[in-house]
Amino acid sequence: MTNSLDGERRLPRVAELAVTSMALVIVAGIYLAAYLPRQGPLLLPTALVAVSAALLLANAFILLRLRDFAWGRFFLVAGWAWLAYLLIAGMLEFVFLIDQTRGALLTLMTVILLIFSLDVPILLGFSVARYQGTANSQPV
Amino acid sequence: MAVLLAFLVAAIASNWFWALDFLHVAGGGLWTGTDLFVGLVVGPILGRLSIPARVEFSARFMPKMVLIMPTLVVLTLASGLQLARVMGNLAVPYPNHWWLLASFIVVGVMAVIALGILEPANLAVLFELKKPKPNGLLIAKLMRRFIYTAGITGVMQIATLVIMTRIATW
Repeated sequence: MTNSLDGERRLPRVAELAVTSMALVIVAGIYLAAYLPRQGPLLLPTALVAVSAALLLANAFILLRLRDFAWGRFFLVAGWAWLAYLLIAGMLEFVFLIDQTRGALLTLMTVILLIFSLDVPILLGFSVARYQGTANSQPV
Repeated sequence: MAVLLAFLVAAIASNWFWALDFLHVAGGGLWTGTDLFVGLVVGPILGRLSIPARVEFSARFMPKMVLIMPTLVVLTLASGLQLARVMGNLAVPYPNHWWLLASFIVVGVMAVIALGILEPANLAVLFELKKPKPNGLLIAKLMRRFIYTAGITGVMQIATLVIMTRIATW
């Protein structure tokens, strides 16, 4: 992992993977929302969510293998961001429940919100931590 | 923030039409206005300032944006979805339904840009500024990213204005 002049370190493409995963669940959400108030076909959004979940897991795996990384900063930013985005996701889940969304559609929407609420903190935490100094810290 | 979110929950839980309309219009107006102002007015000015001036401005400006923007976004989106349900807008047939779909797509693209590029750059600048010796080159690079993406979302907000005024008057 080398440093460029502006301090950007060469690290795995965690940010790009997180953005792709987030974009996939957003596309799935738009697809489902386009059919509201009816329930649209679930095959395509389910496939998108599955790929997104796989990317999220792969990203977590890649991230946890990083050794020379500012884990303290990562968890500080990601933790607060997770709290904030969990609140936002909870608010949207609340809207779905109030609107009598049930069954497979509710499950899929919940998974979408869950992935979204994890992708964003990873992205924010990584984006900050990559520019921070490290003391050869290990993931905790 | 807590008061606004509590107000949002009360409005959604009780389907309080005025409150939903108020939160959607006020939140959306502020979100759009802020995005346009930052992207098209503040951004270009900031781009012409010296690096120390940018650093000083960013140190005061960014923390406020980190709190204000997500609050406005959640107020606008959650109240907007519920408002559309209450008013029956979600059930309108095509071709009018295309306008709804367009609004979802514009919001989705803006979300990817804002959360994927703009907000990470915003936070990275904040943490760089907290260092005893901030890296001016890095800040300039991240601020450029912030300004360009704020400009793009600003322009997309104009599309949102067109769509929303169309939906409100069909």
